[in-house]
Amino acid sequence: MTAASPQELVEHALKATSSDHCVVIVHDSTSANLRWANNTLTTNGVMHSVTVTVVAFHGTGEGTASGSVSGSAASTEQVTRIVEQADAAAKASSPAEDAAELPTGDADADWFDPSGETSIEVYSTFAPALGEAFGRATAEDRILYGFVDHDVTTTYLGSSTGLRLRHVQPTGHYGCTAKPTDLSTSAWVGGATRDFSDVDAHAMDAELVQRLGWASRRVELAAGRYDTVLPPTAVADLMIYAYWTAAAREAHDGQTVFSKRGGGTRIGERLSDKPLQMFSDPTYPRLEATPFVSASSSNAIESVFDNGLPLSRTSWITDGTLTALLQNRYSAKLTGQPVTPYIDNLVVQVDGATGSTQDLVAGVERGLLVTCLWYIREVDPQSLLLTGLTRDGVYLVENGEVTGAVNNFRFNESPVDLLRRFSHASATAPSFSREWGDYFPRTATPALRVPDFNMSTVSQAN
Amino acid sequence: MTSPHEIDASFTALPYRRMAEAALARAQDFHVSHADFRFERIRSQDVRVRDGRLQGASDSEDVGFAVRVVLNGAWGFASGVGLGQTTAVHVTETAIRTAQVAAAMTSRPIELAPEPTYRDVEWVSAYDIDPLSVPLADKVDLLAGWSRQLLDAPGVQHASGTLQQVVENKFYTDLSGTTTTQQRVRLQPMFEAFGTDEKSGVFDSMRTIAPPVGRGWEYLVGGAYDWAGELEQLPGLLAEKLVAPSVQAGRYDLVIHPSNLWLTIHESIGHATELDRALGYEANYAGTSFATIDKLNTLQYGSPVMNVTGDRTQEHGLATVGYDDEGVRTQEWDIVKDGVLVGYQLDRSMALMHPELNGGRSNGCAYADSPGHIPIQRMANVSLQAAADGPSTDELIGQVERGIYVVGDKSWSIDMQRYNFQFTGQRFYRIEDGRLAGQLRDVAYQATTTDFWGSMEAVGGPETWELGGAFNCGKAQPGQVASVSHGCPTSLFRDVNVLNTTAESGS
Repeated sequence: MTAASPQELVEHALKATSSDHCVVIVHDSTSANLRWANNTLTTNGVMHSVTVTVVAFHGTGEGTASGSVSGSAASTEQVTRIVEQADAAAKASSPAEDAAELPTGDADADWFDPSGETSIEVYSTFAPALGEAFGRATAEDRILYGFVDHDVTTTYLGSSTGLRLRHVQPTGHYGCTAKPTDLSTSAWVGGATRDFSDVDAHAMDAELVQRLGWASRRVELAAGRYDTVLPPTAVADLMIYAYWTAAAREAHDGQTVFSKRGGGTRIGERLSDKPLQMFSDPTYPRLEATPFVSASSSNAIESVFDNGLPLSRTSWITDGTLTALLQNRYSAKLTGQPVTPYIDNLVVQVDGATGSTQDLVAGVERGLLVTCLWYIREVDPQSLLLTGLTRDGVYLVENGEVTGAVNNFRFNESPVDLLRRFSHASATAPSFSREWGDYFPRTATPALRVPDFNMSTVSQAN
Repeated sequence: MTSPHEIDASFTALPYRRMAEAALARAQDFHVSHADFRFERIRSQDVRVRDGRLQGASDSEDVGFAVRVVLNGAWGFASGVGLGQTTAVHVTETAIRTAQVAAAMTSRPIELAPEPTYRDVEWVSAYDIDPLSVPLADKVDLLAGWSRQLLDAPGVQHASGTLQQVVENKFYTDLSGTTTTQQRVRLQPMFEAFGTDEKSGVFDSMRTIAPPVGRGWEYLVGGAYDWAGELEQLPGLLAEKLVAPSVQAGRYDLVIHPSNLWLTIHESIGHATELDRALGYEANYAGTSFATIDKLNTLQYGSPVMNVTGDRTQEHGLATVGYDDEGVRTQEWDIVKDGVLVGYQLDRSMALMHPELNGGRSNGCAYADSPGHIPIQRMANVSLQAAADGPSTDELIGQVERGIYVVGDKSWSIDMQRYNFQFTGQRFYRIEDGRLAGQLRDVAYQATTTDFWGSMEAVGGPETWELGGAFNCGKAQPGQVASVSHGCPTSLFRDVNVLNTTAESGS
């Protein structure tokens, strides 16, 4: 078999197809990770994958059918097989409800550039510092558990209508949990990065030491509604879920929190009386994301017929009012709204909000500072009631200062309702969801203070 | 277990044996203490229908290989997608280099529990019809037809259906001489009807409770499950749920059907008895466990009627396989006996750390979900045993004066040490004086693991036992998914905390 470049794989597929039209998406990805626990490295890995998706479109008397086949491939021979399968799937399939003309266009200027890549060397500074942190932690009766991952994926999208699009996406994140050797409490820090040049293992360890220090005083609190400061990471935990459930078609069909009772969507409805903005923007600094639609199959959010559509800043909530939901061209027709496809980042901001999490804490007379949330699941789609738990650090705030660590709680809350109820916000900052960050790391969110956050029951976990 | 199938010839024709020889030979050049080579082909197909029409279908085929070494007491792992010996050698060298980097940060040398050598063994799961051999058009016809049937029923505004199918081939070999080649099949069909009560504006859905299974296409058309009966009932069940009264929060006795209880077992027993979690190896992500190793043979996990096994040999189980991803022959063992914690799920490195468990031998729970991922300790089929002469579901309901009968799973969440959980379901029936008295809405039950299992008063007889399961259970970093089954009988729990979810949302 002959090794081929991603561009050659695309051109080969487009030439090999027997269908009326074809879209080819190649993801060329390298990644490197380190994982540790109990102050020692546990697993690691360097991976390379090339995934080719061929979407074939076949006209029938009643419409256009599509067939989508993905496979790992490194040679033109392997791609030929994927194309044959996609062609066969399109011919065997029934007409697609979302059929539309494929986007047209030309080649990106960087189309012929090679793929980006990473390697284990991305940790050349971080890894030795981490090793030192292990030694320090062991000497100071502290245990570290964590993970770092760096991935560079280059996407090539070519179509029979002339598109040749290329995007390089570096994605990295780090997270570390610390416990004293008696395992009596826990603390976590984490974040997203594009290249690890801004991740300092010593600083990470120092922050963990500070947080464990806050736990020198333990306070047991009962379940109830608390004046709660959610830092940007916890706000990201909740708002990502709201974004993922914002499919216009499902809202239009009456199945989500964004459905209007009696029919239609809640677009145009005010969700917050604050100057709240929620948007996605593929060019947002440090959160740059793929600037075109890249869909391997059609679902409630995406359509394979939209492959290659350009993406630009889309405002989901504008000045507190719901202004858009996730729309492919098909759902946009159903709902009579503009086409606003899914974008791989999310920004939440409150106009005029300044300061940090600590500034919000300073305003709390008696309440909670929650480090991060975990195991978040939907309880009721109509209200988007979510349940989940606090984890690795809930702190008591008294007279504007952290005065101790509190037991964990299970919460029951709706992120959409929180947008209505929050009392204060900080400036928006890059954030990293503890729950979803491994899959959706490109978020920027403020800290929010919620005067009556529902801590439903106590969790004994620590 | 027997299967009428042999390993797919299109898999055995791939050049993995030559690649393995090249990789292991290169690893030996560096005097590794262990090296294994794993080659996988995972084929899958997802089909989605909505309102009687195909919404989308996609196929995928993940082919690749991985080399794992232990060098100077440290793991080194690398993977690739090329199919040649040169690529295999290159990936092996990357694994070696990774181990060299890792060695500086590895304070506890990696050692593996011994395991007999299995020379060139094969294993194929129990199924009749390879689902990927069935024409897509036939699947679309069937699924769209069932979706249309739901849509045409009174009160149903929308209907959706999904079918996920996976055929997994795996070749494993290591320096000790073990070589295994395996093939297994699994699929998950699901149908859901959506409706709205015009008077209240409340919308809701009702989903099939048919579990995902380690079976083939015959699961849909061969009579192994009563699809016609369940689909016929869904619209009526949905209509009743839409106008059902909202539950009054409080404490109730619960009779829980296997279609719901499997998930509670998964979260509160399955994950809690993974030894990697108990030892802290998932602390940064999935979490740890309250069931720490010092509690072995002393922790009262639940009531004396509680008996739980781990089993990677259960026929049609989603975690069932002949040999795990470290070349260990799979087994069945006790996890909870008469309510007491007696066992854990192990891989080879953890088995060596705790020779008091399973005689120092792994019980076969290493698994990687793709050639691009390193094997980690993953869940066996973890099941609650029925009572040999236990009661029927009706008899269990008959023992309840005021309670709720819970059927089907929906929402689930549990804390990172597996204490505090909250579950909802597809439908909830009020029990009054030992009889069902109509559906309830907005129910969630919340408890801590040992309180809940301690409150289990009775388990049903073998005729109430069903095998449920999860298709995509997540764990580890980088994230991996695994399929796992959980069998259980209908069971009776006393005095459990029930929430009203509408009240919880402040609505």
